[in-house]
Amino acid sequence: MSAQTTGLQLKAITKKFGSFVANDAVDLDVRPGEIHCLLGENGAGKSTLMNVLYGLYQPDGGEITIDGSRQHFANPKQAMAAGIGMVHQHFMLVDVFTVAENMILGREPGLVVDMKAARTRVQELSARYNLPVDPDATIEALPVGIQQRVEILKALANDAKFLIFDEPTAVLTPQEIDELMIVMQKLRDEGKGIVFITHKLREVRAIADRITVLRRGKIVGSAEPGASEAELAELMVGRAVDLSVDKAPARVGEVRLRVADLSVANPIGAVVVDSISFDVAGGEILCIAGVQGNGQSELADALLGNTPVVSGSINLDGADITHAKPRETILAGVGFVPEDRQHDGFIGSFTIAENLVLNRFDRPPFAKGLSLDLAAIHANAEQLRDEFDIRTPDVTNRGSSLSGGNAQKVVLARELSRELSLLIASQPTRGVYVGAIEFLHKRIVEERDKGTAVILVSTELEEVEALADRVLVMYRGKVVGIVASDTPRDVMGLMMAGIPYAEALAVSQADDASAGKDHS
Amino acid sequence: MTNHTVSPRPTFAGYLATRWRDWSVTASAVVLALVVGAVVMIVADAEVAANFAYLFTAPGLALGSAWAKVSTAYSALLLGAVGSPLALAQTTAAAAPLICAGLAVGLAFRAGLFNIGAQGQAIWGSILAAYVGFAVQLPPVIHLIVAVAAGVLGGAVWGGIVGWLKAKTGAHEVIVTIMMNYVANGLLAWLLSTALFMRPGRQDPISPEVHPTAAFPVILGQLHVGFFVALAAAGAVWWLLDRSTIGFAIRAVGANPNAASTSGMSAARTTIITMTIAGALAGLAGAQSALGASATGTPVPLTVGLVGTVGFDAITVALLGRSKPLGIVMAGLLFGGLSAGGLAMQSIAQTPLTLTMLLQALIVLFVAAPQLVSTLVPILKARTSRVAVAGGQA
Ligand SMILES: Nc1ncnc2c1ncn2[C@@H]1O[C@H](COP(=O)(O)OP(=O)(O)OP(=O)(O)O)[C@@H](O)[C@H]1O
Ligand SMILES: [Mg+2]
Repeated sequence: MSAQTTGLQLKAITKKFGSFVANDAVDLDVRPGEIHCLLGENGAGKSTLMNVLYGLYQPDGGEITIDGSRQHFANPKQAMAAGIGMVHQHFMLVDVFTVAENMILGREPGLVVDMKAARTRVQELSARYNLPVDPDATIEALPVGIQQRVEILKALANDAKFLIFDEPTAVLTPQEIDELMIVMQKLRDEGKGIVFITHKLREVRAIADRITVLRRGKIVGSAEPGASEAELAELMVGRAVDLSVDKAPARVGEVRLRVADLSVANPIGAVVVDSISFDVAGGEILCIAGVQGNGQSELADALLGNTPVVSGSINLDGADITHAKPRETILAGVGFVPEDRQHDGFIGSFTIAENLVLNRFDRPPFAKGLSLDLAAIHANAEQLRDEFDIRTPDVTNRGSSLSGGNAQKVVLARELSRELSLLIASQPTRGVYVGAIEFLHKRIVEERDKGTAVILVSTELEEVEALADRVLVMYRGKVVGIVASDTPRDVMGLMMAGIPYAEALAVSQADDASAGKDHS
Repeated sequence: MTNHTVSPRPTFAGYLATRWRDWSVTASAVVLALVVGAVVMIVADAEVAANFAYLFTAPGLALGSAWAKVSTAYSALLLGAVGSPLALAQTTAAAAPLICAGLAVGLAFRAGLFNIGAQGQAIWGSILAAYVGFAVQLPPVIHLIVAVAAGVLGGAVWGGIVGWLKAKTGAHEVIVTIMMNYVANGLLAWLLSTALFMRPGRQDPISPEVHPTAAFPVILGQLHVGFFVALAAAGAVWWLLDRSTIGFAIRAVGANPNAASTSGMSAARTTIITMTIAGALAGLAGAQSALGASATGTPVPLTVGLVGTVGFDAITVALLGRSKPLGIVMAGLLFGGLSAGGLAMQSIAQTPLTLTMLLQALIVLFVAAPQLVSTLVPILKARTSRVAVAGGQA
């Protein structure tokens, strides 16, 4: 690489955690006006590298230069001052503050806070980048997609020249992803240098100008933006990856879960699941599809017993579990992968080994009476680490030291290593890289083939298509219809907007016909 | 990925590496508190302060008198706390109830509960332990065991009520425990005015002395068996937190209640269990006060102020000990030493007893502000910046 004087350069960055090398002499350069995608398996060291760049971690070696001059960032404030902005996967916003208040947080110029100026600045920036937000809205009242906009605006308000996006799309709906892509392109066209981390290869192909791949802390190569998904996957994993799931047709058994007229209200009292009825048999995967926020999460919570049921009934293997607590449903063999792992599935201050027994720590083989069997807990952790390829130097490390995708693997490993009667998995592969998705999908299908009833809640249409035996489409808390998994995407899309199957099929066929006419 | 084997238990070296900062911050906090305490002593002593007018003309006078003042006071403190076997015994006697009550607060902290009620729980512990001690006749060892058990039970019930209220009605434990402290204090005052508790032939609120069979046997000076009971309690709490299923749930509910509940743990049940055990520990602290030897060698009879402010000091002990049993034992000993040494400082160096309270407050203040300490003590700084970044995000 020739000595380049413009742009941001990381040279031979090394970062160790104890004896574990998370970044091993990594070189990376980001030029103004480009989107540089950083790809790599879970635990490859992407977030670590970006945290070094943003001043959150101090490197053990290497240097950072901007436009040829050497930088040292002891903290994010210094990185921001040098023109670096970061949009974290888990937002760093104060929930009870308004958008405008969050914008000036940490940059209050004096004793008096000029809210009017802050509000104007929000409006100015959001108009300029076409990122509409209400400056007076409280953060906690905003959906995730909008919260992320605030994060982006916050970075822009600091006049960042370089922007880091660490897995921004993991929590977004497909439509929000499209909007974010447009924003990123606009920022690039304005001359900002962007680092974009994602596990979704489709997005990489759509937007990347350059692609760099990291594996086990080292740069292993770069790819052309035109590279196919298979090529990218191979470069990341180091072997050919089979992106399709080959699963045998379902051998449907007896009905195991029977949900009848189920209604669930949210804490404010609004009905979010509205008299829903469906069955799931052993040996089949029922996908629940729908735009996020149409009652899927509440339905899943109610099945586990974490949200009170207003009316209706839930039956599992003939037993009434309508009002059972999570403890009882877990004992009855319900496996649960929550939508938000940090919030509901994981305890950061617990060790990885403890996290792997979070819902069975009080039973044999992990407990003898009141006493924990630490050796058994440890052995279980080592076994699951190897089986699920959880990347960590030591299972006695805190859970919070795991990379995002590896934390997700811990949750899945915990649930899939028990005897189950019903598995409820929400966004099971969120934040997991392609190589591991392949494996996790295989494990979910295996679970089905053992005769478990499987409910999969996913907003990824690919995942739905790959795994589902049947698809239940939800809209505003109601079932729009239950359809076969090979239903065309556009029909499914219309159903997600609340249009019943027959009508959706007719509309879609009419569209096809007129499209056909246009072509002729 | 890695094939090396790792020991199931964290190694000692690993422990040192992770805990180094906690211990060094605490040690530095103690030193800094002593320095500030010295300055206060100098400023507060009119004679010594006056000499500072001649600081530039006769520096020897000012510095000499200041040194004399501070060194007399602090050597008295040291002497009174650890200077002789008897002094050490006095330190352990003061530490025993602090350790028990500190465990009561620390355990609750681990479950995410702020137990301000150790005071009220300790008061109940002292009432019941003392009552069994003076009102009942039993053979030696059995009498002591029954009296201690009664105290523990009293505290457990008083704490358990708080847990139950929180679990069933959502009442905040801070408010409830503060109120329960007043109630316990009032009930004690009232009980001492009843025939049941009043000492025959006396009109003032003081109970009869407990029978020698119910007192903690004395080993040396004020060192009594109760101190070892406190150490055993700390060991039991360690086992409970780190090795038992109950402790696993307590820590889980304290660290992430959402994940705990999704995993089938019941926050309500855990709250009740935690507050009951915490109450039992505070009740044990009360029993220590009621049945442990005083300077005269026998237990002090029950009065309104018998437990002192043990429940509030316990909060500082738990903070200083970072809610870990070993830390709480050390913090309890430190504060026990300060209290024993403070008495010596008062009698030998005429330093007011309030100075020891100031020292205690300063230590906790410095511990609670590690950033401040590491700014003041440069060698801590390099280490701090390395550990300050708690595990990054995904
Ligand atoms: N604070 C820490 N202490 C110990 N190890 C850590 C710490 N932070 C990260 N690691 C380890 O460093 C490695 C790299 O983690 P990093 O978060 O950078 O991965 P990543 O590439 O972002 O993965 P993902 O795609 O899953 O988010 C992981 O194996 C992780 O266990
Ligand atoms: Mg990451």
